[in-house]
Amino acid sequence: MTSALGEPNAVSVTFFLLFIVLSLGITIWAAKRTKTAEHFYAAGRTVTAFQNGLALAGDYMSAASFLGIAGLVALSGFDGLIYSIGWLVGWPIVMFLIAEPLRNLGRYTFADVVAARLRQTPIRIAASIGSLAVIAFYLIAQMVGAGNLIRLLFGLPYEAAVAIVGAVMLAYVLFGGMIATTWVQIVKAVLLLGGASLLAGLVLARFGFNPLALFAQASDLYGASVLSPGRLVTDPIDAVSLGLALMLGTAGLPHILMRFYTVPDARTARTSVGYATAFIGFFYLLTFILGFGAMVLIGRDTIMGIDAGGNMAAPLLAEGVGGTPFLGFISAVAFATILAVVAGLTLSGAATLSHDLWVSVVRGADASQREQLVVARIATVLLAAVSIVLGIAFKGQNVAYMVGLAFAIAASANFPALVLSIFWKGLTTTGAQLSMIVGTVSALALIFLSPTVQIDILQRGDAWFPLRNPGIVTIPLSFAVAIGVSLLRPVASEARRFGELERQLHLGVEHVD
Amino acid sequence: MSKSPLEAVSAARWRIAISLTAVMMAVYFGFVLLVAFNKPLLGTMVTRGLSLGMLLGALVILAAWVLTWIYVRWANTHYDASLEGLRR
Repeated sequence: MTSALGEPNAVSVTFFLLFIVLSLGITIWAAKRTKTAEHFYAAGRTVTAFQNGLALAGDYMSAASFLGIAGLVALSGFDGLIYSIGWLVGWPIVMFLIAEPLRNLGRYTFADVVAARLRQTPIRIAASIGSLAVIAFYLIAQMVGAGNLIRLLFGLPYEAAVAIVGAVMLAYVLFGGMIATTWVQIVKAVLLLGGASLLAGLVLARFGFNPLALFAQASDLYGASVLSPGRLVTDPIDAVSLGLALMLGTAGLPHILMRFYTVPDARTARTSVGYATAFIGFFYLLTFILGFGAMVLIGRDTIMGIDAGGNMAAPLLAEGVGGTPFLGFISAVAFATILAVVAGLTLSGAATLSHDLWVSVVRGADASQREQLVVARIATVLLAAVSIVLGIAFKGQNVAYMVGLAFAIAASANFPALVLSIFWKGLTTTGAQLSMIVGTVSALALIFLSPTVQIDILQRGDAWFPLRNPGIVTIPLSFAVAIGVSLLRPVASEARRFGELERQLHLGVEHVD
Repeated sequence: MSKSPLEAVSAARWRIAISLTAVMMAVYFGFVLLVAFNKPLLGTMVTRGLSLGMLLGALVILAAWVLTWIYVRWANTHYDASLEGLRR
């Protein structure tokens, strides 16, 4: 089979330009409404539950999950499901433990919540280290993915692709802030869910709308093993470790947590997680159909012939069932997906730099609206430039482990301090601070010492740390540090503040007439 | 010493949150451990085209939806009503 993939064709270029024009139109509209820091970081807190549900899904469904999981399923069958499920089960945890208290206790970042009753400076600095580490690794993975994908999809050079993603993303985050970012997320989520549904529908139409007929044919062609667990999960401890990081990391991702500040109250935050969980679960079920569809209708050899990692399975499938126009549409959707995720990450990085570090630490929370906006925009430009440079610097390198690393740091550095600050009155400043630092450093160190980096990347003979995923060590370690340090040196005034904030935790900031 | 209304609401909220979290973790890690320790079992065919592993995987996704729905339902009725009581 010959494919039009990688050759710029009229349809793909048209969809691609339409999406850029649409997102810039949204930006111009949003720029007029972005007057204060509250608009820039939190879209004026006017986003509805349904809109935020879509935007959360848009922030979360990255190209790694759309193209990566469809490819993984196409090449290894059942094993792809293990990742999809891991990425979904974090959402109920966000719902039960985090969303509502976060909305009630904070303003722009998750550090607001941890710092609410503790000493500002040490908490903000430690939380920024964890946040920026998560954002940096996530951004590198997305930018390198963007460069490779756009090269494959549109035939553009890698560097040009990275620069375009960086520049378009910069334009709308810089001028449109959270309002533009939210609407681009919504457009992208609708396109992605719609495109994936249509594609899955076209696939299933060939099997009498019976997924089991599709799976049965896959097992006839490639053996029954494609329907059962294979070689992806070999070490049980590593499997649990990966599962922990995926599940708890979701509840520690700064760009996801930030979205809960865009809604008017905790009840809306709650409902929006409900929508997000439904959309994301539905999407992962679709990717499973797409993966098996590509396996059966396109064939493993063709998929691996274009990209050994299988990332082109979904676009090839689109071409197979819908011709070049559908390929063009799905390629543009994949581009929109990357762009939107990169924008969400950059905005949360800008909030960390400007709100947590500049306004709260350097200026002692005493900065005018104008200054806050200026600093946030400088931080945005800085982060966009850094992400373009890093994207180009990591060209051709294996960065697949970096998303896992970002989840491991989010689960080890951010999640324990955040959840303890909400639940446990005994948590002290030193406990939270050390927990966040130990979580970040231990996750980084153990990934560096793991087989992923030592054997796969540095080509050494063996690795000092046996597991590929450090979560099973670093998450309990971070909890232990927070609890141990707080118990050894309790601070009565901080425990008292917990009681004072308990009303706000449930009811939010109350307006007294 | 009896609990204040706020403490009672708080305790109920965390009891639900912790229970649902525990159920979600048990379901998910149960699945992961089966994948890790009993691959042949998950490879058993339930019917043509459907292995036990795929069925259980789909059920984990379903469980995530159902648990989320249970929480939203509980919060919309009981939790919100108690919060309304606290505001007055």
